[in-house]
This record gives sequence, C-alpha cells and structure tokens, in this order.
Amino acid sequence: MHLIEIEGLAKSFGPIEAVRGISFTLDRGEVLGFLGPNGAGKSTTMKMLAGFLTPSAGSARICGHDVVTDGLAARRRLGYLPEGAPAYPDMAAGDFLKFVANVRGYRGAEAHRMVAQAVERVELGAVLNQPIETLSKGFKRRVGLAQALLHDPDVLILDEPTDGLDPNQKHHVRELIAGMAATKAIIISTHILEEVDAVCTRAMVIAGGRILVDGTPAELEARSPYHHAVYVRTTTPVPEAILAELAALPQVRRLEPSGRADDNGIYVLPAGDADTAQYVRHLLGLRGVAVAELRVERGRLDGVFRDITQAAA
Amino acid sequence: MGTIGVIFRRELAAYFTTPVAYVFIVIFLVLAGAMTFYVGNFFERGQADLQPFFDFQPWLYLFLIPALSMRLWAEERKSGSLEMLLTLPVTVPQAVLGKFLAAWVFIGIALALTVPLWLTVNYLGHPDNGVILAGYLGSFLMAGAFLAIGAACSALTKSQVIAFVISAAVCFVFIAMGSRIVLGPIEATLPGWLIQTVTSLSFLDHFSGIARGQVALSDAIFFVSVMALFLFANTLLVELKKAD
Repeated sequence: MHLIEIEGLAKSFGPIEAVRGISFTLDRGEVLGFLGPNGAGKSTTMKMLAGFLTPSAGSARICGHDVVTDGLAARRRLGYLPEGAPAYPDMAAGDFLKFVANVRGYRGAEAHRMVAQAVERVELGAVLNQPIETLSKGFKRRVGLAQALLHDPDVLILDEPTDGLDPNQKHHVRELIAGMAATKAIIISTHILEEVDAVCTRAMVIAGGRILVDGTPAELEARSPYHHAVYVRTTTPVPEAILAELAALPQVRRLEPSGRADDNGIYVLPAGDADTAQYVRHLLGLRGVAVAELRVERGRLDGVFRDITQAAA
Repeated sequence: MGTIGVIFRRELAAYFTTPVAYVFIVIFLVLAGAMTFYVGNFFERGQADLQPFFDFQPWLYLFLIPALSMRLWAEERKSGSLEMLLTLPVTVPQAVLGKFLAAWVFIGIALALTVPLWLTVNYLGHPDNGVILAGYLGSFLMAGAFLAIGAACSALTKSQVIAFVISAAVCFVFIAMGSRIVLGPIEATLPGWLIQTVTSLSFLDHFSGIARGQVALSDAIFFVSVMALFLFANTLLVELKKAD
C-alpha cells in the first residue's frame, strides 16, 4: 500500500480552477518537493490532502484512508504544517503542544512524553513557557513543526517549512526532515530550489494546477543547459583564437561568458554526454593558458524552474 | 475526556489567559448591579425578590454576549489557526460544541458571581428562592441561545466587528419579536398564524415567564431548540466558509 495515493485530484473556487487533476503516489522513504510559482496549486493540493479543503473531483488517500469519507482516520496518520505555521498566539508553546497531544488522544504521562520528544526534536526547550505570539519567526515555525511531528506520523505534509527562517534554522529544519525521511512519506512545498536538492528524493514542478515535471532532483538538474557545463576561470583573458578553438571542439556546443565583470570566467556548454572537462583542460594546457579554476556544473534548478513554468504559462 | 472536552478546556482556559475574562466579568457584574439598583429600583420596590435583576438580563446579554462570541470563529479564521485545528483529528461538530460549551460555562461563571445579590435579598427579607433559582436557570438558558446565535454569526465572517454587529442585530430581533418594532412592519402583510409564530419566538416572553417562577417546560425547550438550531447552522457555516 502506498502511504499517499492521489487520483485526479481537482479543486475549483468558483470559476477559478486551482488544481486540475493531479495524480501520484508516494511511499515510505520518499521526500517529495513541491515546486511551483505562487498560485500554482501547491498549497491547495496540500490542504486537500490534510482534509481542510474538500476536492471538487478525484480522490486522495492517506495510509489507505480516504481524506473525505474517512477523514478522521486519515488525519490521525498525518502530520500537517499549514502555511505560516498558525497556532494560538495567547498560548504558551508547551501548553499548545499539550493541547495537540490531547486532541490526538494522548493523555497524562504519555502526552507529556510525546510533547517532550517533539520539543527535543525541534529544539524548543528554551521557549516552552513563552506565549507563542512573543516568539521569533524561527521558533514559531518550530512550534508548528513540533505540532506536526508530535505523534510520529507516517505521513508528513509541510507547507513551506523553512519560509522566513535564517540560514542556520533552515539547515536545522532540513536536517530534521532528512533524519526522518527513511521512516515516513514526506511532502514539502518550497520556493527554494537548493532545498529540493538538499532534502528531496523526488521533485515535482506544479504550475497552473498541473504537474509539469515529476522526477528526481538530478533529473531536474539534467534539464538545465548548464548540466555538466564546464566553468573555466583563467588568470588572464583567454585569447580569441583559443576561444574559437575551444568552441570548435566536437564535445562543445557553445561558449558563454560568465557574465561577471570581475572575472574571466566562461561556461563551456557540452554537446552530448561527453566528458567535456577533460577536453577543455587538455586544450588549455596545450596552449599554455593558466587555469585558476575549473569545475563541472550540476545544472541550475532555478533556470529549469523558469523554463518549465514559463513555458506552461 | 473526549475531543470535545479537550477543546472545551483549551477554550475556557484561553478566556482566563487573556484580559477577556476579567473585563467581561467585571463589566457584567457592574452593569447587572447598576441596572438592578438604579434602574430597577431594587430598594424602593420594597420586595424581597430579584425581579429587577432578571428584567434587565436580556438587554445586558444583547451586547455583552455578541462581544464574547464574536471571536469564536472569526478570530480563528483570520489567524489561520482554524486550518491547524480542523486538520487535527477533530470534526467540525466537535469543535463547534467544545467552543460553545466553553463560552456558555464562562457566562455561567459570570452569572454565578452575582450570588451576592441573592445573598443580599435573603438577608433583607424572605424571598421565594425557588423563583430565584428558576430565574437563574432561565437566564442561563437564554444566554446559551444568544451565544449560539453569536457563534453562528461569528462563523460568517473573518471580521470580529462584523460578527459583533450582526450578532447584536439578530439577538435584538429575537428579543423584540413580540414587540411593535418587529411586528409593526409585517402585521399588515402576513397572515395571522405567521404573526403568532413570530411572536412566539420572542426571547423576552419566554424568559419573563421563567424569571417570574413559572418554569414551563416549553420555555426551556424553546431556548434549547434555538441553541440546537443555531449550533447546527454554525456547523454548516464553518464547513462552508472555512476555506474562504
């Protein structure tokens, strides 16, 4: 059984079709990154999975429980962090988590243990007695994460879990997600492409309510024209003649200046699957050009993201 | 303790972690006292009962209960916490009942704090305590009905101000059902049986019976029915509008 099964899920608000038929399945051990411009339908899809919105068409199951007809059972197996990590601002963080534990059916010592465990996982101990409204954005987000993780659910759905966090906090949240990945099926939505690379085993680009691409982050990177491109920086500008020679190599599609004023960097875009770097290094060595830096690019996700979503628009 | 109980406890505790509870209780007690002694001429009447106290309760509730109920759903929707709450294993009817019961018990606490009035009247004379108890019961039931109306109105909107104004207006209509204000415009056009139906929905009529010690089951059933109806509407409204 798949932990998440979605079939032809659609949602319209009046005349606006926010989600137009999304289908996929997700298994234990997968971390799926939802990518897409604002208004793509990411949050709407997540809200339907979490049982907050009723789908206009199609169905979704969490651990085999339909989110509409068997919603309560589905929500028991699910941890959900809504966008912006809303909570009750007047409540102390610890009281709020205890409330969530109680609602989830844990009582007394067991509830206490669940809360303590979640607090430790997201490192919330220092602010446990503070009202949530007085917490910094990072801590508020962690309260939301603790709420979602509290019952150690099989399925986690996190809507922009790192939005608004500083780089250290982002790193911490990513580590947290990566640490849980093996035992759960996780969906996160994000605008940050490096995040997909850092934590996701699978990436899905959504725009206009449809899935445009579904693959591994590496597959997504491979769509970039810069995938396996060779970046070369030299101490002095490379003479025109040698540039022409480089461009003429059968393994090279074309050259592109790095676009930065302060260096002599050029991108050598590869033709086919050849190990272009080797040929570039060989030629430059032969012509006696002093190379300061030479590296192979993995591909630029933001470019891929732009190409995919703009082509669809 | 089921899910309703967990929500009930959180809601009730929330009143006391913010100034809402204290402001509400103090204002309620001050106004109830002022109405009883100054407007109701408690002493000048020379009678050992709480009639002047109960007579003003509907008017006190008219604006105090919407002030209490306006935040019930509007605030949750505005802050987004409704999405958090309803994606926990909680059904909408459980949330509706938990919130309603907490607010109702809170009003019950405020009402119970008027006990010094009851002690005073027992010190001064020999009132019929059965009548007074019936008055409290009637007042509590009527408060529940106002509260259910207020809760349903709060589910209509994200704006607490709008929720307050609409609840107060709807509550006023229910208070004044039997009076010229409501009956005047419809008397000429509507058939007699409908006018009678409208009149029979008057909170004032149902409450004044109980407050005078005539505890009719029908009055109690009336208030309970109003609560049930509006809580049902509340549930539907939350389901319908939660995503707006």
